[in-house]
Amino acid sequence: MADTGVVEALLRRVEKVDDGVDSLEVATSLELDHQVIVGAVKSLQAVGDVISAELRSSKHWELTDEGREIAEHGSHEARVFGSIPVEGLPQSELMKLSFGKIGFSKAMSNKWIRLDKAHEGGPRIFRTVESIEDQVREKLLLLQKGNASQLEEKEKNELKKRKLLSEVTVKTYWIMKGNSFSTTVTKQETELTAEMITNGSWKEKKFKPYNFEAMGVAPDCGHLHPLMKVRTQFRQIFLEMGFTEMPTNNFIESSFWNFDSLFQPQQHPARDQHDTFFLSDPALAHDFPQDYLERVKKVHSEGGFGSQGYKYDWKIEEAKKNILRTHTTAVSARMLYKLAQQKFTPVKYFSIDRVFRNETLDATHLAEFHQIEGVVADYGLTLGDLMGVLHQFFTKLGITKLRFKPAYNPYTEPSMEVFSYHEGLKKWVEVGNSGIFRPEMLLPMGLPEDVSVIAWGLSLERPTMIKYGINNIRELVGHKVNLQMVYDKCGWTDFTFRM
Amino acid sequence: MPTVGVKRDLLFKALGRTYTDEEFDELCFEFGLELDEITSEKEIISREQGDSKASGASDIILYKIDVPANRYDLLCLEGLVRGLQVFKNKLEAPRYRRVSPVNGEPQKLIITKETAAVRPFAVAAVLRNITFTQERYDSFIELQEKLHQNICRKRSLVAIGTHDLDTISGPFTYTAKAPGDICFRPLNQTKEYTATQLMSLYKTDSHLRHYLHIIEDKPVYPVIYDSNGIVLSMPPIINGDHSKITLKTKNVFIECTATDVTKAKIVLDMMVTMFSEYCSQPFTPFKVLLVFQELAYRTERLSSEFINCKVGINESTEKIAQLLTRMCLRSRATGVGDEIEVEIPPTRSDVIHACDIMEDAAVAYGFNNITRTTPRTYTVAHQFPLNKLTELLRQDLAAAGFTEALNFALCSQEDIADKLGKKISETKAAHISNPKTAEFQVARTTLLPGLLKTIAANRKMPLPLKLFEISDVVLQDETKDVGARNSRRFCAVYYNKSPGFEVIHGLLDRTMQLLDVKSARGEGYHIQAADDPTFFPGRCAEIFVQGKSVGRLGVLHPDVINRFELTMPCSALEMDVEPFL
Repeated sequence: MADTGVVEALLRRVEKVDDGVDSLEVATSLELDHQVIVGAVKSLQAVGDVISAELRSSKHWELTDEGREIAEHGSHEARVFGSIPVEGLPQSELMKLSFGKIGFSKAMSNKWIRLDKAHEGGPRIFRTVESIEDQVREKLLLLQKGNASQLEEKEKNELKKRKLLSEVTVKTYWIMKGNSFSTTVTKQETELTAEMITNGSWKEKKFKPYNFEAMGVAPDCGHLHPLMKVRTQFRQIFLEMGFTEMPTNNFIESSFWNFDSLFQPQQHPARDQHDTFFLSDPALAHDFPQDYLERVKKVHSEGGFGSQGYKYDWKIEEAKKNILRTHTTAVSARMLYKLAQQKFTPVKYFSIDRVFRNETLDATHLAEFHQIEGVVADYGLTLGDLMGVLHQFFTKLGITKLRFKPAYNPYTEPSMEVFSYHEGLKKWVEVGNSGIFRPEMLLPMGLPEDVSVIAWGLSLERPTMIKYGINNIRELVGHKVNLQMVYDKCGWTDFTFRM
Repeated sequence: MPTVGVKRDLLFKALGRTYTDEEFDELCFEFGLELDEITSEKEIISREQGDSKASGASDIILYKIDVPANRYDLLCLEGLVRGLQVFKNKLEAPRYRRVSPVNGEPQKLIITKETAAVRPFAVAAVLRNITFTQERYDSFIELQEKLHQNICRKRSLVAIGTHDLDTISGPFTYTAKAPGDICFRPLNQTKEYTATQLMSLYKTDSHLRHYLHIIEDKPVYPVIYDSNGIVLSMPPIINGDHSKITLKTKNVFIECTATDVTKAKIVLDMMVTMFSEYCSQPFTPFKVLLVFQELAYRTERLSSEFINCKVGINESTEKIAQLLTRMCLRSRATGVGDEIEVEIPPTRSDVIHACDIMEDAAVAYGFNNITRTTPRTYTVAHQFPLNKLTELLRQDLAAAGFTEALNFALCSQEDIADKLGKKISETKAAHISNPKTAEFQVARTTLLPGLLKTIAANRKMPLPLKLFEISDVVLQDETKDVGARNSRRFCAVYYNKSPGFEVIHGLLDRTMQLLDVKSARGEGYHIQAADDPTFFPGRCAEIFVQGKSVGRLGVLHPDVINRFELTMPCSALEMDVEPFL
C-alpha cells in the first residue's frame, strides 16, 4: 500500500473535480515525483472501484543534459566566440576549454571566427564579425518554456541529431471517481489469521483480493509410474469381467512349458538364440509331469489326438533348456494343465506381467515388456464367443470399432489379429492377437475334448504410449526415464483411448 | 512373418483384373494376408543406398505382402494367385499329378549310408517340359530363397538344389565324403576347388558364409554325383556350375537334402506344385525315386456340426463343403449324415488337424461375418494375493511421498555385484547364456541398482529424490523345477544433501503400520545393527519380523554412491514382501 497521506491527498484532488485529473498534474501541484502518484493510483485500483484510472500516453520534447547546459550558458560556438578577445587567442588555449573543440568547428563553419595558422607564436584565432545571434540557445529556451509548437519539425530534428533534444513518451493516468468513491481508504489485509478469528476483527477488515490467474504451489507428493497405473486399470477391467489373476511371478521358465506344451515345434524360429534368452545357470529344468511329457512328445513327433503332428525327432534336451519366458502363455499352459488334473469347471484367467525377447532394440522394442493376457475355458466356446469377449474387453478401453484378420500362431487355431479403427490416423491399427488353443495343446493336458479355450494378448506398453503420446519406449520404461514425466503423465478421469 | 514381393501389374494380369490399392488391401485382409508396403525397386534402392544409386533402377510398382509363417504355398506369385483365384471362385483348385516319363525309366537318386553322419535325407523330382521366361525364372529362384529362409531354417533343416536335367545323367548318388576328396567347379566359378578350399573361399562371401557352419566341423560333407561322376551339388552350400539352370532349361531336376525328412518332403512338394503350371502338361511334375511317396493327397472326414459349433455359425453341410473348396481344400458332402469329406492337397502342409480345416471354413465364411456372441461362462474373480498386496502398498507408498520407478529385470553382473561391493558368487543370480550386450547378463537379484541408476539419470531434478519400486527379483532356488524363483521386493531410496536415514526409517515404520506389524522384538518388527559392504559402516541395520530377517536399510557406502555416478548421500531400504502375505 502506498503512503496513506499521498493516497488521501490524491483522493481529495479527485473529489474536487467532476471530469477527472491528470496524474502528472497532481504530481506537479503536490510537488511529488510522478511515480509516487502512480503507486497511489495502483494501490487504489487494487482496493476496488474507488477510482477509475485511464492510462494515457503523450509525447513531448525534452532537453537533454547537454541541451539544458546550452540553454543556460549558450551554444558551444557562441561560447567560443565569446571567449575570443579582440586581439585573438592562441588555438591551443581555446582547445583547453570544455566546449573548445566542438564550438571551434561550428563557429568556423558559421564564419564567426578565423584561424591564422602563420601567426608568430603558433596558430591564433580571431573574430571575424562584431556580434552574433545564438539561435541554438534561443530555440532550446523556447522548447524549455513549453513552446515547442513555435519551432518547425526540421529544426527540432536537427537539434535531436545534435543530441540536445529528445522526444519522450509520458504515461499518465486520467483519474476519475469510481462507483464506490470515498476520500478515506481502509488498509487491506492479505490473509485471514488465527488472531482475527479469535477476536472477531475479520468482520471489520477488508481483504486484498487473490490473483486467481496465478498457478498454485505444486503439492509435495509421490507419484505412481504411468505404466503401472495403466496396468492397474487393465487389472480392474479383467476383475470387472470376472477374470481370476494367474500367478505369473516366475520369469525363468523351461522350454517345455514355454514352447513344447504349447505345441510349438523345437525348430521354430522363436526358439532360436537370436530371439530368446537362454540361461547358463541354472541351465536346465527338471521335474516334469512324466506322463504328460510323454503325451507332448508323442503329439509333436508322431501326432495323435486327431493330429498329424510335426513328425520330427522331439528331444527332451531341448525341452529342459531354461529360458526367460517369452510370453505369459507359459503360465496359462501350467494353469490349464493344473485345471485338467481336477474335475473340469469353467475358468476365466488373466495376467499382466513381464516377458523377455532377445531382440534388436529400437524405439518401440525393448528386451522386456509387459504382456496382457486373457484366457477363457469352457464347454463349447466358439470363435464368435472369442470375438464377443474381445468386443466387451476393448469397449471397456473405449475402443468399439473392431475387425479381425486371419493370422497364424503355432498354438492357436483359428488365430485372429485384432484391429481397431484409429480415428486420428484414419486407418485400422493392430491392437492385439487372439485365437482358440489347438487341441494338440489341450488334449495332452487331459482337458475334456468338448472344452474350448479362447485367449488373447496384447502389450501393456503400446496402449500406454498411445494414451500418453510417448513415441520412444525408453522414455516410458527403465532407469533413463525423466522423473518429470512420471510426475506429469498422470491425468485421467476415465480410461478411454482416443483410437 | 515372411514377406513376398510381387510386381503389381504381373499380379493383376494373373488375377485377370485390376484392383485399387485399397481394394487389394481389403482382399488380403479377408484372406489373412497383409499388404505391408507399396513400393518399387527404385524406391527400395534409394532408401537403402541413397538416390544416386537408384537412378536407372526399375520403377515398376511392387507389392510387399506379408504371408502367414505356415503358408509356404503362398511364398511366390504363382501360389498367391492360385490361392486368391480359388478363394474368389474364379478358378478350381488344381489337382497335382505325378506322371511317368513318356520313354525311359524314372530317374533314381541313390542315398548311401555315409550321409547318415551329416545330412541323412534326400528327396528329388523332375519338372518336365517346362517353359521359363525371365519372370518365371526369377520367381523360381526367389521361391527357393524364401523356402530356404523360412521352413528350411536357413538351409539347416533342408537345402534345395535345382539342375538342368539334360546336362546330367542318372542314376544320381547322394553320398558323403571327406572334404579333401570332393572336387568340382562350383556355380559361377571358373576353376575347380576341393570342398576344403571352397569352405575358406566362401568365408568372405556375404551370402554363403552364413551356411558354412552347418557342415563345417563334420568329418564328411554331403555331395550329389551323376552317373558320370559330375558333381550336382554340395548341399547345403553350393551347386555345381555344370548343371546350372538357364532360361533355356526344359527339364529341371530338383533335389532336397535334409536333416528333417518331413520338411524335405514339404519343400519338394512346394517347389514342384508351384511351378508345375509351366510344364507342357500343367500340374504334372514327374517325381523320381524315392524313399517316400510324394504329392500325397490326404482325405479327412468331419461333420458340418463340428465346424458350425467351433466357429459359431449355422450353415448347411453343402455350404460348408463349398467354403472349404474355396480354400483349396476340395470337399464334398458324403451324404452320410452331415459328414464332409475333405481332400488335403500336398500344398497344404499346414493342415494337420480338423481345427485347421475349421479355420479355413471360418476364413472363407469371413471372420467379420460371424455373429459376436457372449459366452455364458460364470466365474468369480480372484486377485493373486501377492499382486493384491503389491497394489495396496504401491498406493500408500506414493501417498507417503515416494515416487514409483520402473526398472528392467535384466542387468549387468556389475550392477548387482561389483557396484554394490559384493561378489557375484554370493548373489544367487541366474545367468543368461546369450546376452547381446552386458545389460542382459543376469536377472536382477536386488532392486537397488535400478533405483540408483534412475537417480543418476535424474540428477537435474530438485532434491530430495524419493523413489520406490515393488517388483520381482530372481534368485536361484534348487527346490523349484526350473532351479530359480521370483521374489517380490520393496525397495526405497532417499537422495539428498544429508543422508536422511530417519526418512527411510520412517518409511519402514509407516510400511509396517500399513502391514499391521507392531514395533516390538519377537512378535513384531525391530531393526538391529548389521554389517553389509553396500552400506556405510555403522549405518546399516537388518530388519527382523517375528525374529526372521526380511531385509536391510541404511546409509549407502560412499564407494557405492560413486560407482553409480552419484554425488550426494543416500539412504536405502530393501525388503521382501512375500513374508507379509
